[in-house]
Amino acid sequence: MARREGGEINAGSMADIAFLLLIFFLVTTTMDVDTGISRKLPPMPEENIETPEIHKRNIYVVLINKNDRVLAGIGSPTNMIEIDGNGIISESLKEDVKKFVSNNGRSETSSENPDKAIVSLQNQEGTSYTMYIQVQNELTKAYNELRDEQAINDFGRKFDKLDDTEKKKIQEIYPMKISEAETKAN
Amino acid sequence: MSKFKRGTGKGMPAISTASLPDIVFMLLFFFMVTTVMRETTLEIDINPPDATEVKKMDKKSLISYIYIGPPIESQQVNFGPAARIQLNDRTFSRKEVGEIQYFIISEREAKHEKDRPYMTTSIKADENVTMGIITDVKTELRKVNALKINYSTKKRD
Repeated sequence: MARREGGEINAGSMADIAFLLLIFFLVTTTMDVDTGISRKLPPMPEENIETPEIHKRNIYVVLINKNDRVLAGIGSPTNMIEIDGNGIISESLKEDVKKFVSNNGRSETSSENPDKAIVSLQNQEGTSYTMYIQVQNELTKAYNELRDEQAINDFGRKFDKLDDTEKKKIQEIYPMKISEAETKAN
Repeated sequence: MSKFKRGTGKGMPAISTASLPDIVFMLLFFFMVTTVMRETTLEIDINPPDATEVKKMDKKSLISYIYIGPPIESQQVNFGPAARIQLNDRTFSRKEVGEIQYFIISEREAKHEKDRPYMTTSIKADENVTMGIITDVKTELRKVNALKINYSTKKRD
């Protein structure tokens, strides 16, 4: 039986196969948003275990009420943080948090050291999720900027560019202690 | 004497389509690399809020998702516009928030023993949700000791 000279596989259907696979993937997958802000929740308090007393000077309270107004202050939320016409929080919240965390005992009314400094975030039933995330964003920004400044000071590079052991050192200096309290009643 | 070509002696050469599969394969690889196999069909509308200080989550396989938002158009007739919680492929109302405990426990069982401490729960909530339902969800997570959470947000500059 003579073989056909120069037998070639007809590659015309390769394109069809490729299109089929492509359509399959287009239909079954999603370009999911996989970025976000990470947090650690506090464990449920056990019965009969007293929570240790925390001095007022070591807590920075941020309260978002049901009308999305943000109040903040050391010990109790006394100052109103401005929100511009577009609903964006002013920088003063981030600056206040940075001053509070990096106080290191300088001012008697502010935190003793960054390890004891806790930012307590409270919200109410009707608070919008968008404003809550904005506030979380500003708090994270405050810690990230403090960590960056420390990293440049100690290692000459920004926090993201450090290796794991160096990152741990900076994280020990400025641990992110953001406490999310229960929703207060309306 | 005609200076022009006489008629069209030859036809235009056919465009070679030999590289068409190559182009399609490139598109295919792009999609294979950038997308995630969708495991659940969303029954609720979610538009996540945006933030600047977001980080990419690693260890995709150890993430459990909780979707919170208003039901999609077609389901609104059944459930109304109030925010609902979706776990895998079932939705629940705010009153049934206790289901989250079973969800987390079953997700935990499905994972390897040594992976369990690294599991995180990603809360994907629509931006118009109010904090009441979110706080209820977080309380249930605390009850089952699923303490590592992540608020899913888009990145904005």
